[in-house]
Order: sequence, then structure tokens, then C-alpha cells
Amino acid sequence: MFGLNKKDGTLFLIVIAMTLLAPFIFNPFPTDSAMAQFNAGYPDLLQRFVIFGIFAIGFNILFGLTGYLSFGHAAFLGVGSYAAVWIFKLFTYNVVPAIIFAVIVAAIFSVLIGFISLRRSGIYFSILTLAFAQMSFALAYSVLSNPRFNLTNGETGLQVYDADPQMFHHEGLPGMPHLFGLPMRATHEMTLGGWAFNFNVGYYFSGLFMLLAFYLAIRIFRSPFGMMLRAIKSNNTRMTYTGLNAKPYTLAAFVVSGMYAGLAGGLLAAMDPLAGAERMFWTASGEVVLMTILGGAGTLIGPVLGAGLIKYMENIVSKINDNVLHQWFSFMPDGLEDVMVTLIHPFVGKGWNLTLGMIFVLVVIFLPGGLVEGGQRIARLFRGKKAREAEKSTQSNPAE
Amino acid sequence: MGILEVKNVNKRFGGLQALGNVNLDIAENSVHAIIGPNGAGKSTLLNVLIGKLIPDTGSVMFQGQSVLGRKPYEINQMGISRVFQTPEIFGDLTVLENMMIPIFAKRDGVFRMHAFENSANEREIVDQAEAMLESLGMADARHDHSASMSRGDKRRLEIGMCLAQEPKLLLLDEPTAGMARADTNNTIDLLKQIKAERDITIAIIEHDMHVVFSLAERITVLAQGTPLVEDTPENIKGHPKVREAYLGESA
Repeated sequence: MFGLNKKDGTLFLIVIAMTLLAPFIFNPFPTDSAMAQFNAGYPDLLQRFVIFGIFAIGFNILFGLTGYLSFGHAAFLGVGSYAAVWIFKLFTYNVVPAIIFAVIVAAIFSVLIGFISLRRSGIYFSILTLAFAQMSFALAYSVLSNPRFNLTNGETGLQVYDADPQMFHHEGLPGMPHLFGLPMRATHEMTLGGWAFNFNVGYYFSGLFMLLAFYLAIRIFRSPFGMMLRAIKSNNTRMTYTGLNAKPYTLAAFVVSGMYAGLAGGLLAAMDPLAGAERMFWTASGEVVLMTILGGAGTLIGPVLGAGLIKYMENIVSKINDNVLHQWFSFMPDGLEDVMVTLIHPFVGKGWNLTLGMIFVLVVIFLPGGLVEGGQRIARLFRGKKAREAEKSTQSNPAE
Repeated sequence: MGILEVKNVNKRFGGLQALGNVNLDIAENSVHAIIGPNGAGKSTLLNVLIGKLIPDTGSVMFQGQSVLGRKPYEINQMGISRVFQTPEIFGDLTVLENMMIPIFAKRDGVFRMHAFENSANEREIVDQAEAMLESLGMADARHDHSASMSRGDKRRLEIGMCLAQEPKLLLLDEPTAGMARADTNNTIDLLKQIKAERDITIAIIEHDMHVVFSLAERITVLAQGTPLVEDTPENIKGHPKVREAYLGESA
């Protein structure tokens, strides 16, 4: 199927189904219920799931396969966003050219940064990429936003103004990013009993790209190229003494993952035509490292899971405030209720990072393979039980 | 004229003369051992041969071409393969994948992406790799992780990976270090078999005299960075200078 082996094909089909049905899957609670705040099925968050999924899948091609830990991948995401917004400003709100341009610009950037950074490996490589990302941030934040030459619009962020040329924009086209006239923001709401499901053009558009990105990643993982990358991670010395120069391979992986980041950046701009320098800040680069490791570096589905988990917590757990907590524990006697709220307070709302940090620590210590390893262990537990039962039944047969 | 000629090589690390005026000529299709006590400069010499170190003076010619200043992967492409003291294999990869990589590389080591082909479908390469594993007697282990193998098997695989590239010169750096006697004997047998089956020159650096005298046709004794003598194993055994270098006896 699609040129994949059975296991990968099944995984890909599951991801397709999940992506298509996400508006249902992430909205399990009726709109009026107290649990509704755990619903993640609204367009803005679903878009983030898939876009950061793309970002993490790309990052995993570099980190998961070659072991080179880039600490500056957000630079490519930011560059992609700026490139896309410039297309919106100069030419058209149509997202297709914007996304193509975003990927091209990110590719050029990653060739430059990768060529220099890949002269070193290990921690030096990480520091070099971090330095480049911070330089890009500084350029975007201040240097390239002076009145004479305003490429990034500094602190305010690059956005589309009425005075912009938009050469190919004409009457009748929506005044926001669109796909040949179909606005990205268009949402169809379906009410079913107490539930409300949102089907958003932008989400499905990004979701399609995520599926393409995922498919491409599977093909790369299983290809001879992917095997070479794993060989570099495993033993660079043997690689060299096998007559292979590792540099073109690592650079290719770096550029491919930079292009994934550019695609994600372009899509972010397509959902909301705005690009800010904070997208390139080092914390953003750190976030994609967390996503990949949390989900499982070097696995196919891991990065997507990690991206989903982090974006879910950022948007859902951060919304739980003291009022909500008091509601939850209102069944308790007053004193106890206050104690519980005080205990939980630091971990929710603005403290969501603390919860994320704890989850991260637990995962790294107990599940070094990330959430994917957790899933595998659970699966093995069930299979083990089944196998033991099967064994028992065969053993009891002769006794009868 | 030998396949590998080392002329007047000097290498100094600060105040230490690691190699002094080394001249070495390895004849084509021979098994040449380089022995010497600890600190004699064996490893430095090896690192010069594979391009890891550049000597202060002198020349190293392989089949009439200088290897100095070339990158290790380029020297490998000239036809020199190296087996390390600790087996260097791709531990995260399966045995079959380990064998596929040198076969890919043999086609000239040029970068190719092949990102849309399935590596398992690269029929020609898989077939060659499986044939190679078959000849090593490792075909049953092809889907095992290579890191989980015994040291002797790792060594066997490493030698096999080097052979898959069909090198003209195979350099072995203490191939039996830290091995059990049985594994050592297996390795000796494997090298003998290789020598019998192929047109290959083997240069071996070794501590273990059992290995050296079972394999070598020529022996160079290195002491304090300089070759003492070069001769056949029979003559080396009783050579007074060698006994002096090894045992500290005065001749």
C-alpha cells in the first residue's frame, strides 16, 4: 500500500483516519458540560496540532535519524512565516505561492546554516545552531526593521496592511488567506445533540500537508538514505572508514528538516497572516526538541504525539484557573477545598509549564523511548497476557 | 616495489619522537605484521597510514599514489580498509544493514539520496550482503541487532564489512585484543581463509605472538619509533635485537 510495508501502511492509515476525524475525536464532551473546557476540537488548536506536528516530524528526520541535535530549528519556522507574509503583502492572499516560497526560503537558509554548523558535531553543533537561531532572532527583532529597510517590522511583527501592493489581489477574493477563493478561516459547524463539531478549511488544508509530510518521512526512514543517516548516528568512525563522507548526508537531512520547518512556518502564516520574531526565539527551538523527545525520537509517530501533547497542555491546562478548581472541589468541605485548590494551583493555569516539565522528567527517566515506548509497553502487556492465557489453555488440554 | 611504501617518516609529539625515520615496504599479496613493545609507535604508524595523522616529514605511497593529506574516507576509497582494535560496527543497525552499507559505498562512496526507494527492495545490494553474510556463516543472524553479538562475531562482521568493499590492503589493529582463545583462533582461521581466497595484502599490528607467527609472512619489529629489523618469522624468532627490545636483555 502506497509502497509501504504492512506495518507502516497500517500506521499511515490510522494517522489519515485520526487527521480526518480529529474534529470529532478531540471534542468528546458536550458543549454545555463542565468537561467542555477539555475539548480541543476547535480550529485554532487543531491547526496547531498538525502544523507543529509537521515541524516535529521534520526535526525528527534530523535528530531521530542522524542524532544531530539542532537547537535552532525555530529560525527556519520563523523564516518560513516571514516569507509567506511577504507573499501576502506583495502579491496575493492565495496560500499556495506563499507556502511554496516559505519552503524555498527556509531551504536556502538551512543550506547556509547547515553547511557551517555541520563542520562540528555533538554539543558544538547544537551551540552553533543555537547561535545562528539567536542571530536570526536578533536580525528579525531589531536589525532588519529600521525605517529605511523594514523587512520584519520588528516588535510589532510583519502583517498585511491596506496600503500593501498585493498585485494579484482583486475584488471578490476574500481579504484574508485563502485557497483559490476559499478562506482558510471558513468553518462549518455541525451540531449533534449537545455536541458541536467544527470543520475548518485551514485545519484540513494543514492536515493534508501533515499527511504528506508524514508519508515522506516514512519513505525517508525506510530508504537507503535513511539507513545511511542511522549509520552516521550509530558509528561515524566506521562510516568514514567505509569510504563514505558523512557531510552530504547530514546536510541533506538538515535541509530536509529545515524545509519541513519552513512549511510549518508558512502554514502558521496562512492560518493567521502574521509573523513575529518571537517565533524564532530559542524557547521555540527548545519546544520542538521537547516535542520530539517526549513523543519518541527516531520513531515515526512520536513527534506528532509529542507536538499534540505539548500544544494541548499549552492551550487547555493553561486555561484552568482557581475558579475552575473551586468548582471541581466544591463537593468537599470548605477547608479541604481550599487546601486542594492551593495544592493544585501551581500546576495549572500559568503553571502549566511545571506540569509539562514534570511529565518530561518522568518520560525521560522511565520511558526513554517517549510516549511511543509507553504505548509499546502497554501493547506488550496485553499481548503478554493473551500469550500466557493461550499457553495455559494448551497446557491444561492434555490433563483433561 | 610494494603496494605500500613508507619512506623516512618522522612524527614528533612535543618532545616525544613517536616515529623516527620509518621505512617500510609492504609487498603485494603478502601478510605483513608489525610488532613491537608498548609505546613503540605502532598505533602512530597506523594512524599515518590511514590519514588520521600527517607526519612531519616523509612520504606514504599506496600503489604509487601519495596518501598524505587525503581524508580518511578518500584513503579508504583508494583501497585501504581498516579493522579496529575494538570492533567498529553500526551497533544500532541490523547485521544485514551493517553489511549493506559497505556494499553501497563500494560503488564509489558518492552521495545518493534514494529517499523513495525501500532499502529492503534494493535487491542487488541485499543479495550481495546476504551472500557475504552466508560466507561468514552469519546468515541466520541477519535481522539481529549487531550490538547484541559477541565480540568474536562483531570482529567477524567487521572484517566481513571491510572485505565487502574488496580492498587491496586490509589493515588490522590488534584484531584479537581482548578475545577468548577460541575467538582468537576463529579470527586467525578467517584471515587465513581470506588470504587463500583473495588477492589481498594484509598488514597486521599485533601483540599476540601466537597470532603473528600463525599468519605473518614478513615481520617488522618496531622499537622506540624506529624499525629494528624486518625479516621472515623464522629469523625474527631468534633475533638478538628483538629479544633485547622485548625482554630488555643485552645482546
